[in-house]
Amino acid sequence: MMDQFTLNLLFVGASFAVYIGIAIWARAGSTSEFYAAGRGVHPVTNGMATAADWMSAASFISMAGLIAFTGYDNSTFLMGWTGGYVLLALLLAPYLRKFGKFTVSEFIGDRFYSKTARMVAVICLIVASTTYVIGQMTGVGVAFGRFLEISNTSGLLIGACVVFAYAVFGGMKGVTYTQVAQYVVLIMAYTIPAIFISLQLTGNPVPALGLFGDHVASGEPLLAKLDSIVAELGFAEYTTHHSDTLNMVLFTLSLMIGTAGLPHVIMRFFTVPRVADARWSAGWALVFIALLYLTAPAVGAMARLNITELMWPNGTDAQAVSVEDIASDPKYDWMQTWQKTGLLDWEDKNGDGRIQYYNDADAAMQEKATANGWTGNELTKFNRDILVLANPEIANLPGWVIGLVAAGGLAAALSTAAGLLLAISSAVSHDLIKGQLNPNISEKNELMAARVAMGVAIVVATYLGLNPPGFAAQTVALAFGLAAASIFPALMMGIFSTKINNHGAVAGMLAGLLVTLIYIFLHKGWFFIPDTNSFTDADPLLGTIKSTSFGAVGAMINFAVAYVVASMTKETPQEIKDLVESVRVPKGAGAATDH
Amino acid sequence: MSDKEASNAYWKANVRLILWSLLIWAIVSFGFGILLRPMLSGIAVGGSDLGFWFAQQGSILVFLALIFFYAWRMNKLDAEHGVGEE
Repeated sequence: MMDQFTLNLLFVGASFAVYIGIAIWARAGSTSEFYAAGRGVHPVTNGMATAADWMSAASFISMAGLIAFTGYDNSTFLMGWTGGYVLLALLLAPYLRKFGKFTVSEFIGDRFYSKTARMVAVICLIVASTTYVIGQMTGVGVAFGRFLEISNTSGLLIGACVVFAYAVFGGMKGVTYTQVAQYVVLIMAYTIPAIFISLQLTGNPVPALGLFGDHVASGEPLLAKLDSIVAELGFAEYTTHHSDTLNMVLFTLSLMIGTAGLPHVIMRFFTVPRVADARWSAGWALVFIALLYLTAPAVGAMARLNITELMWPNGTDAQAVSVEDIASDPKYDWMQTWQKTGLLDWEDKNGDGRIQYYNDADAAMQEKATANGWTGNELTKFNRDILVLANPEIANLPGWVIGLVAAGGLAAALSTAAGLLLAISSAVSHDLIKGQLNPNISEKNELMAARVAMGVAIVVATYLGLNPPGFAAQTVALAFGLAAASIFPALMMGIFSTKINNHGAVAGMLAGLLVTLIYIFLHKGWFFIPDTNSFTDADPLLGTIKSTSFGAVGAMINFAVAYVVASMTKETPQEIKDLVESVRVPKGAGAATDH
Repeated sequence: MSDKEASNAYWKANVRLILWSLLIWAIVSFGFGILLRPMLSGIAVGGSDLGFWFAQQGSILVFLALIFFYAWRMNKLDAEHGVGEE
């Protein structure tokens, strides 16, 4: 019998060998292939690759953990990160495909007939994408830390090297086909343990249905059981609404708009052969995404129930789990392994030989604690980002499932990090250097510049990833806020209004980006450096609006500023109005042209 | 009908379709999932209520249906107005 470490290594190693094999096989030759895979990608294939590209460490590693420990209030992630595809399919994808250029900033530069607009768009893309990569690096650190059984920090550094080596290998083409492989790995890794756990708890093989089914052991509905068990420990009921409604709405909206404003997702729709395919592609992408997103709430709820029951093996009224059991019972091995990463910890504060897990901030529980001689919650640290990776171990599933999940988590983080690095590098080499500084740059030097830009981006992201502004999904949510406030409004106005001119677009993007960025920095620290913040999200600057929800406000500022400035300045010239008219109809869509 | 008129009519039909679709998009997520949840709390769905279901699963399923409906409808509109790619 192989030990778990070897098994993890085997699964991760084998999956990597496949990705790298595909990347070598499909190595990018020309610049056109590097960016957009020569446009020969079928909508279903493209949808699957988009799904892998899109579902990052945030979706795979982090999201279910955030739902598990908060419950209903974090449904915002589920709605926000899927609802954006509706905006993408209806408002952007077909028109950007018709426009027929390689990058988002090219569209903005041409539509707003302004090199300044293109530059501003490039800056917005770089800021949003870099923030996004920080979130990915957080997830990469957790995944590598676990499967190599080392600290989170060492995991992060090793992961950064792997991501870099991987991203430099190929362009979009390599990435498209590897991403199909990554999708297959990550969806299996996500759903297989969920199916096992759903069968254990509810007897239903479909986790999404099991979530609303009955808990076999108690005969009660699973969610009712969960509500009562967490309430008995002083935590908020799982299915009820606790946070303020305004933030829930704004946060969901920010994630939705941000989805439709992120360059690495939009770029995908440049790679389909026809305008009609761009519409279908968005649908297919969401089909493949929904497979994970419909499973995620089940994973969260079931893991929360499992963890709570492990900590209170004989019910919440009986004795808590003993320190000795944690040390010796194989059911608790996962706690030992995860303690090594520094992301999970416990402490027998009152020295009774047992670990009491409860909400020590709850008034009613404090009374109960005093009566029982408890001196505070003893499960002192449970990083949300470990939940999905630890889930199969928590449920005591076979070793190969655990290895598979490690491979899946890395696939998710790696594919998105690679897609983002590609977006950053193309923004720098194609838009900044070729479009602005040195139009006569050779293809070879352009590719070189692209790779240097990737290197710089990953170093910055790794450095900031060591002290991230939040759990992976929360950091990623900030990136969405930035994209929502800057890029999406400019793209949408560019297509749906002929009135918005160059000055309007530039002013709108700058206002949206700067106000949102400053608001985030005020709450999360300047450039995300810890302890440089003046406010916290518990007590935000503007009433109740958290910095994570601010993207939607930033987008409104962008729209308003663009409109006002455009009304005061010179009207859009006729040839640009004609361009907008032509973008609106599919007729005449040809292959993309380079500048 | 000239090309210009054809594309104007096409664009109007498209914008109308988009507005209707986005209305449904907002109702299922921001509406049923969040703001209107208290009104749906009487309708039980497996241990919770309909609003919880919409927030966790229902809205995603509706989003899917919306995108495919839009793609299908638009491809028909392209042909009807003679503005398709072929």
